[in-house]
Amino acid sequence: MAENLWSISIDPDESMREYVLLQLKVRAMRDMLFRSRIFNYLAAATPGLKELVTIGKIWELAQPNRKVKQGREYDLVIVDAPATGHGIGFLQTPRTFAAIARVGPIHSQAQQLDRLITNQKNTGVAIVALPEEMPVNESAALEHDLRTDVGVAVDRVYMNGLYPERFSNEEAERLVRLAEGENGSVRAAARAALSEHNRARSQRAQLARLRRRVEAPVKTLPFLFEPELGAEAARQLAKRLG
Amino acid sequence: MANVGDILEGKGICICAGSGGVGKTTTSAAIAVGMAARGLKVCVLTIDPAKRLADSLGLKELGNEARQVDPALFATQSVEIEGELWAMMLDAKATFDELVARQAPDEESRDRVLGNRIYQQISNALAGSQEYMAMEKLFELHTEGRFDLLVLDTPPTRNALDFLDAPRRLMQFIEGRSLRVFMRPTGLAAKVAGRGASVALSVFKRIVGFDLLADLAEFFNAFSGMVDGFQARAKRVNSLLADRRTCFLVVCGPQGEPVDEAVYFHRKLVEAKLPFGGVIVNKVHYPAERLRGDGGDLGKTLVEKLGDEDLAGRVAENFADYQALAERDATNIERLARELRTSGVIRVPYLDEDVHDLAGLAEINRYLFASNEQREAIAAGRA
Repeated sequence: MAENLWSISIDPDESMREYVLLQLKVRAMRDMLFRSRIFNYLAAATPGLKELVTIGKIWELAQPNRKVKQGREYDLVIVDAPATGHGIGFLQTPRTFAAIARVGPIHSQAQQLDRLITNQKNTGVAIVALPEEMPVNESAALEHDLRTDVGVAVDRVYMNGLYPERFSNEEAERLVRLAEGENGSVRAAARAALSEHNRARSQRAQLARLRRRVEAPVKTLPFLFEPELGAEAARQLAKRLG
Repeated sequence: MANVGDILEGKGICICAGSGGVGKTTTSAAIAVGMAARGLKVCVLTIDPAKRLADSLGLKELGNEARQVDPALFATQSVEIEGELWAMMLDAKATFDELVARQAPDEESRDRVLGNRIYQQISNALAGSQEYMAMEKLFELHTEGRFDLLVLDTPPTRNALDFLDAPRRLMQFIEGRSLRVFMRPTGLAAKVAGRGASVALSVFKRIVGFDLLADLAEFFNAFSGMVDGFQARAKRVNSLLADRRTCFLVVCGPQGEPVDEAVYFHRKLVEAKLPFGGVIVNKVHYPAERLRGDGGDLGKTLVEKLGDEDLAGRVAENFADYQALAERDATNIERLARELRTSGVIRVPYLDEDVHDLAGLAEINRYLFASNEQREAIAAGRA
């Protein structure tokens, strides 16, 4: 994507294939396995196996000595995880799986993945919130569950899409008077300014609530007034994070 | 057309579908409130574990049983509930347990299933079980006939399609016909099925561990007496979804990606021959009222009127930013209407305050149940 930056989209079926390839050295056996309906069925049917191989792939990407042939070595792997409701379950998959499969190679591998997730020195979660009432509530609950139920470190909370504070309260009052006395585009512009002022203010209140309710440090990212967010927008935001 | 009230005229079930983060839960609640205000007995169901619905309806919590919302709560928002408004939050695990209890031929098979570790995993966490149970609960409430209208807030799947697909996938899993044959303790099946299958099975056994496989086999055996009952029920659920008194509403946001998803989801609905009712776009930046050609020297006029160059500059810049977002939204919505071949895109504006309480619901409600002209008028007043 750019210098020192690569991206990958993890496909659970492909990860499953890769996993089996690493487990089985005999080629004929692998081919037979992939052709076998029963294997595909079992792989699809076993609860949590898809999520497990997905996390397994993430683990593999983060290894200093990649298992996959000609795999690049990464200093940092960033995962765009599933949304709140599913996120906790996703991160708990290895532990759940280790409990279902009590013995065997997958049991120990699942335990290894769980250790990867809960190793607070190497793995951390960043929570991303929006400056609205319910996302703030959910982020606070998520942080709590991640810390206590999953045992993963929560390093940072990002408040995303924060409107700029363009107008002071005193200016807003002047704009109210302007909107009342005018028509056409002047009135529309004054009203747009007042909308912005109200949103920015209510967002600051949410930011303060978030700071009170989470333990991890909170960083903010500005709302970008761009019709579509692309690579340039990502660069702008990256600068803000320093 | 149209407003939500017209779209839902004569309907018994309204399913709100869409990807996560587009305000589906709030929309579902607002629809239920509006229909109850029109005199219907309405129940809104959510699967969202984040308690969003309870919050927005001013309830402390919701359970797996429907609860009536106090109409007095809405009187303060000048919304008069002439019918009844009920709400519930689906407990997928409890619903699954009830379903097993209902389908089991006897107590022993019921207990075998409920006690099986694979079952416990599936009913709790397996992708698709929430969706499946949502359909199940919907079917149950519909069969009871206690309500005029059921509004379903679907779970926040990353891909809206999962919602339609999940129940089918879960059913396939539960059926597990081919698998049961292979896992009978006698091992006879392996011989019948040939070498390929038996090797595949033994390799799988080696990878995941024998006891996991044994648990799976036990699960399918325990379930075997219920498969037919489950299938018959699934068939009835499917025909309920396709019924002409059922209505799917697609909910999305005005950005490019949510609109793409809405288009995709609409296509899937059409392919599956499910009744599409309309699309609701939330958080739309409305264009400011029609400008009468005086936009060109707006900056100068603002300086004159405000007597403050700096402030005027910021007001103009802010206005330009909002107009750009409004233009983007209008373009995306045009595309949406074209792709869906509908003129009935219901737009809900991006409100100054975020919607999380009864006052916000009441406001959203005005848009959902207004005619197109009324909606424009309300928006122009606030722009």
